[in-house]
Amino acid sequence: MYRYDEFDAQFVKERVSQFRYQVERRLAGELTEDEFKPLRLMNGLYLQLHAYMLRIAVPYGTLNAKQMRMLAHIARKYDKGYGHFTTRTNMQFHWIKLVDVPDILEELASVEMHCIQTSGNCIRNVTADHFAGATDEEIEDPRPLCEIIRQWSSLHPEFVFLARKFKIAVGATPHDRAALLWHDMPVEIVKNEAGEVGYRVYAGGGMGRTPYIALLMKDFVKREDILAYLEAVLRVYNQDSRRDNIHKQRIKILVNTIGQEEMQRRIEREFEEIKASGSLQLPQEELDRIKAYFAPPKFETLDDEMPIGSYDFENWKKTNIHKHRAPGYAIATISLKAIGQTPGDISHVQMDALADLMDQFGIDEIRVSHEQNLVLPHARKRDLPAIFARLQKLDLATPNSGLITDIIACPGLDYCDLANARSIPIAKDIARRFENLDRQHDIGELKIKISGCINACGHHHAGHIGILGVDKKGVEYYQILLGGSGAEDATVGNIMGPGFSAHDIGPAVERVVDTYVKLRQNGERFLDTYRRVGMEPFKNMAYLEQMYAAH
Amino acid sequence: MPLIKDSAFVQDAFVTVADDAALPGGAAIVSLARFQKERDALLARNAPLGIQLKAPENPELLGEDVQRFSVIVLEFPAFRDGRAFSWARMLRERLNFTGEIRGAGHFLYDQIAYMKRVGFDAWNVAEGFPLEQFHRALTEITNVYQPSADGKKTIRELRATPRP
Amino acid sequence: MAATPALQVLTSNRLRDGAVVYWQAGAWVEYFKDADVFHDKPLADAALAAAMVFVKDRVVVNPYLFAVREEAGQIRAVEQREIIRCAGPSVRRDLGKQAKPSMEAFDVSI
Ligand code: SF4
Repeated sequence: MYRYDEFDAQFVKERVSQFRYQVERRLAGELTEDEFKPLRLMNGLYLQLHAYMLRIAVPYGTLNAKQMRMLAHIARKYDKGYGHFTTRTNMQFHWIKLVDVPDILEELASVEMHCIQTSGNCIRNVTADHFAGATDEEIEDPRPLCEIIRQWSSLHPEFVFLARKFKIAVGATPHDRAALLWHDMPVEIVKNEAGEVGYRVYAGGGMGRTPYIALLMKDFVKREDILAYLEAVLRVYNQDSRRDNIHKQRIKILVNTIGQEEMQRRIEREFEEIKASGSLQLPQEELDRIKAYFAPPKFETLDDEMPIGSYDFENWKKTNIHKHRAPGYAIATISLKAIGQTPGDISHVQMDALADLMDQFGIDEIRVSHEQNLVLPHARKRDLPAIFARLQKLDLATPNSGLITDIIACPGLDYCDLANARSIPIAKDIARRFENLDRQHDIGELKIKISGCINACGHHHAGHIGILGVDKKGVEYYQILLGGSGAEDATVGNIMGPGFSAHDIGPAVERVVDTYVKLRQNGERFLDTYRRVGMEPFKNMAYLEQMYAAH
Repeated sequence: MPLIKDSAFVQDAFVTVADDAALPGGAAIVSLARFQKERDALLARNAPLGIQLKAPENPELLGEDVQRFSVIVLEFPAFRDGRAFSWARMLRERLNFTGEIRGAGHFLYDQIAYMKRVGFDAWNVAEGFPLEQFHRALTEITNVYQPSADGKKTIRELRATPRP
Repeated sequence: MAATPALQVLTSNRLRDGAVVYWQAGAWVEYFKDADVFHDKPLADAALAAAMVFVKDRVVVNPYLFAVREEAGQIRAVEQREIIRCAGPSVRRDLGKQAKPSMEAFDVSI
């Protein structure tokens, strides 16, 4: 994985001092809260319901064991012993004191981590496929480009005070695991007819109040021109976006107001100019230099035999083990969705133990997925039973990757200042209802995604079943959305109707799922059945109880 | 308002003129609206002319006239509004404007370094703002990743430079 | 039907650590049970105005009033958000203000 050179190290160190000074000025009264807020957000610091929340960047979801240990240390020393992995593959701590943050940043810098641009109206942490470098499906590892984008976007003088946040993701496989088209600017690594590798760039995806799937901006951008093109998109956005209505300031609104063609035309004009100046041309040597950091580990020549194990191990294998590019290796998903636990939460003990496990089994890096799980990208197949046994002891071996209990949930009203309703208790309730593993396997792939408010951190628009928390006079209600997708067939989910109470939402979801089980034909997933039969049958069943109650 | 230029406080040679006020004899800064209305008369004056652009006003609106100004003031209505960062860069790189680009309105200490990078070279600061702070702002971050209007060597270029 | 008097409590978050605090007789306290309950809008507004001094002095951030009601002789927040702020996360009963043994149980279950 990428390692800082002296320039990166100095940059991050100076950024820490800069933030320390901002905190000092806030405490000394030289900055008002209004002035300080955007500055602290730009460094991932929120004031939430119970304390400050610090969001630490996990660039393109990659962590090494040392970094994992540092997160455990921070959880212990500055928080209440646990952290939360988010759908942006970052880590959040919920119990942070403002006065501790500069010291935390300093500790993070010592393991090449930071909180730069994990919030605020700027270019955010770049995300990628969590199987990057390990799957045999990809054209090439997307992370070198992510790292190049990370550097280019870090304290970019022109783009740190954008109209709103700006999220970039890079994909490299036909099967999209990164919810690519839901980003402000998705970049897809592609091959043209001549066999050259280049980039396809989209713009204008996003969740929130008005969800949009990104539209194509340019079919093929040459390797050396990619930064020029990205800068062109950002420039059009910064210049032309509305600034008078916070709900209409994301790039998705600009793209959909002026239209795809006009957007393409404006970008093209900037692009030609930047290209002509040559200033952002990406030299092959730089690309090679960064690529070298992401070279795959030296795979041993191993027997490709998959070990057979206990009943539990076999169940785990069914869902949590995925095909690796090298014989004798596998990709393993570590579920952070133990039934009854908070999705994405992890304790300091678990973090430390995972770091030890990585060391013991020669796994250099671990990945965070946008589905709030962890991934061991390069595990030897023969080690899997031992790894599984260790994970089991840590309550990290739940065999539910991709199944109905693998639920995405944002922190919601238990922690978040912007929330309308709690997400976590709903996720727990639903997971318990479907706890039976045979039933989960019978239901098959079904993605439930829960957000505590319209900001959609829990990706409810992209859930096969999405759940959105709303507030009715201080009481929590939950709307159901059906038919969303965050994969290569990205679609926006449709709202079913009026919301359910916290008490009724679990049973309603169960009735929706039961309806699917009755209606499905030859191997259809939930999403396929929904697409075939539409909302009506689900809606009729979901509201059934309410109708009885009303009569 | 105090004016910082070339790393020092300087006397402002320009008078910013309200749209309905009479023009002074010497150097004056007017709004885009006034310039559009009184263009010929303003350009015929025998004194340096400046223009103040509001955040939504794209400098390209000035057309060829851009070179007739000695000063272009870019206004921050609120420090969160970052359009001026793109306007300044556009003035320097696309429109080849070599006169003074002055920042005015509500910007923060924390934005001065970014402003310098994209092409600002004059700052209207609040009364009592210490000059040391200005210098401090410019030295917080030593090296940068992006090329911009200041022509500063990027980290990528520094990496490629052989070191002793 | 006569309108029940609107009861209010004044709250804020402390600047240095973000902790939830409540207004009691011109100062900030950590527990909701110690907070002043205003039965009277002018009094509540006066407290809010007085609290602004603490914003200026960088003690707290963004003070505001929220609605409470009396229920079986106990004062309770009306909105779920405030119930959770005064207790702690409903999914971690071991954390936040509710974790203190002296605190009565908060009903934040679903
Ligand atoms: S979706 Fe809303 S409630 Fe959930 S974390 Fe985001 S802002 Fe908070």
